[in-house]
Amino acid sequence: MLGLNKQDTSLFLIVVAMTVLAPFFLNPFPSESSLALFNAGYPDLMQRFVIFGIFAIGFNILFGLTGYLSFGHAAFLGVGSYAAVWIFKLFTYNVIPAIVFSVIVAGAFALFIGYISLRRSGIYFSILTLAFAQMSFALAYSVLSNPNFNLTNGETGLQVYGDDLQIFHRENLPDFPHLFGLSMRANYELEIGSWLFNFSAGYYICAIIMIAAFYLAVRIFRSPFGTMLRAVKSNQTRMYYTGLNARPYTLAAFVVSGMYAGLAGGLMAAVDPLAGAERMQWTASGEVVLMTILGGTGTLIGPILGAGFIKYFENIFSKINDTILHGWFAFLPEGLENLMVAIVHPFIGKGWHLTLGILFMLVIIFLPGGLVEGGQRILNLLRRRNGQKSDADKSAQSTPAE
Amino acid sequence: MGILEVKNVNKRFGGLQALGDVNLSVNERTVHAIIGPNGAGKSTLLNCLIGKLIPDTGSVMFDGQLVLGLKPYEINQMGISRVFQTPEIFGDLTVLENMMIPIFAKRDGSFRLHAFESTLNEGEIIDQAMVLLESLGMADKRTMQSASLSRGDKRRLEIGMCLAQEPRLLLLDEPTAGMARADTNNTIDLLKQIKDERDITITIIEHDMHVVFSLAERITVLAQGSPLVEDTPDNIKGHPKVREAYLGESA
Repeated sequence: MLGLNKQDTSLFLIVVAMTVLAPFFLNPFPSESSLALFNAGYPDLMQRFVIFGIFAIGFNILFGLTGYLSFGHAAFLGVGSYAAVWIFKLFTYNVIPAIVFSVIVAGAFALFIGYISLRRSGIYFSILTLAFAQMSFALAYSVLSNPNFNLTNGETGLQVYGDDLQIFHRENLPDFPHLFGLSMRANYELEIGSWLFNFSAGYYICAIIMIAAFYLAVRIFRSPFGTMLRAVKSNQTRMYYTGLNARPYTLAAFVVSGMYAGLAGGLMAAVDPLAGAERMQWTASGEVVLMTILGGTGTLIGPILGAGFIKYFENIFSKINDTILHGWFAFLPEGLENLMVAIVHPFIGKGWHLTLGILFMLVIIFLPGGLVEGGQRILNLLRRRNGQKSDADKSAQSTPAE
Repeated sequence: MGILEVKNVNKRFGGLQALGDVNLSVNERTVHAIIGPNGAGKSTLLNCLIGKLIPDTGSVMFDGQLVLGLKPYEINQMGISRVFQTPEIFGDLTVLENMMIPIFAKRDGSFRLHAFESTLNEGEIIDQAMVLLESLGMADKRTMQSASLSRGDKRRLEIGMCLAQEPRLLLLDEPTAGMARADTNNTIDLLKQIKDERDITITIIEHDMHVVFSLAERITVLAQGSPLVEDTPDNIKGHPKVREAYLGESA
């Protein structure tokens, strides 16, 4: 289907089903129950899942295929956001031109940074990209925000004000980013029994774009171009002595992944029309590296899983506070209860990074292939239990990177 | 006028004169061996031919064109392929993919953005790759990751990848180094077959005299960075200067 082989088609359909049905299965707990805290099915978080999914899918095209580890991809995310907000300010709140412009600007920016950074490989490449991203951050944070020339609005962040130009804005259109009149904030709530499900326009628009982005990534992975990118990772010497110039291949991959980051940045602005410099900071670049590795570098679905995993823990663990902990351990005698709360306390709320760090270490040590490898191991285990050993052998022999 | 003409090539590494006034002419459709004791400059010379090193002075002409200063991939696209001492293959890729890449390179040149085509639809390329794998006796290994091949098979694959580009000149850098006897003989047979079946010139650097004398039609002996003699294998065998270079003056 759609020019994909059977295996990829089923993977694609899984991703489509996952994103379309996300409002249901991310809200498994009734809204009044004490476990409702673990529900992730609210628009804001679901949007973040798919937007960071796009970011990680794009990053994986560079890192997963060519092995070039960029530590500056957040720069493209930030540039995309600024580009989108400028379109909102000057022309219209319609998200289509904003997103298109984000992708173009991020692509051009990636071409420039990539052209210079790709003169080196390995750690030097990583450092160069990091340096560029930090320069971009500094530019956005202060340099490009002065009374004479205010491109980024510095610390406050770029946002849309009432007296902005907005040439194509009309009275009857929502005063918020919209898709031909459908506000990104529009939300339909469905109550079934004690469950409450949210269907947000913003989420579904982002989800459709992520599905398209995922489809494109699958096509790239399975194209001769994708094979060349894996060849770059595998052996550049052989590549050069086979009459192939690795530079334009890596640059193309860099620009494509920069455009994915720009797309993600544009969507971030579309669901919340604000662009701040902190979006370009190195921690944001590091986050997408973590997402990709955690999910499974070089696999198709891994980055989406990694992005979802990290964003889920970021939002859920940071919400848990001591009062909730006391509630959980209330069944214990008081001394023990306080002790348990004291033990768990550093890992929740603001300490969620600690939890993430431990989870990351566990995954890297026990599942070097990321969450995808975990899934494969479970599948193989189930297959073996069912006595279908021949199937498992077959899958072990088939090509990697699914 | 040979297909490969090396004229007055000099290469210095600091105080070491690695190559001194090397002149070499390789005739089309011959197997030309370059031999010499360790440190004679054989590998340096080879690296100068393929663009890995740039000679300090002198010129290298391939088929009447100057290759000096060109990038390795440009030299390769002119029709020179190289087999390395340790097989350089795409270890993470399958055997079939390894074989397809040089065919892509031949068809599409050094870069093409074919990002929206499907590799599975490249029937012609897959067929060509399979024919080559068949001729190497590796067709049944096509789905294997090439890093897990045996040393001998890696070498076969690498030679096959070079042939896939249909080069006019094939350079081999100690193709049987570190190989078991059986693998060495297989490689000799493969190279003989290539020589008989194809319109190709082969230049080989080798330590193993068994390999050299089984294949070469012409031999250049290199010693201390300069060509000592160039002659047919029969004449080289008993040449006093060659013995001296290999075994020292007392021999």
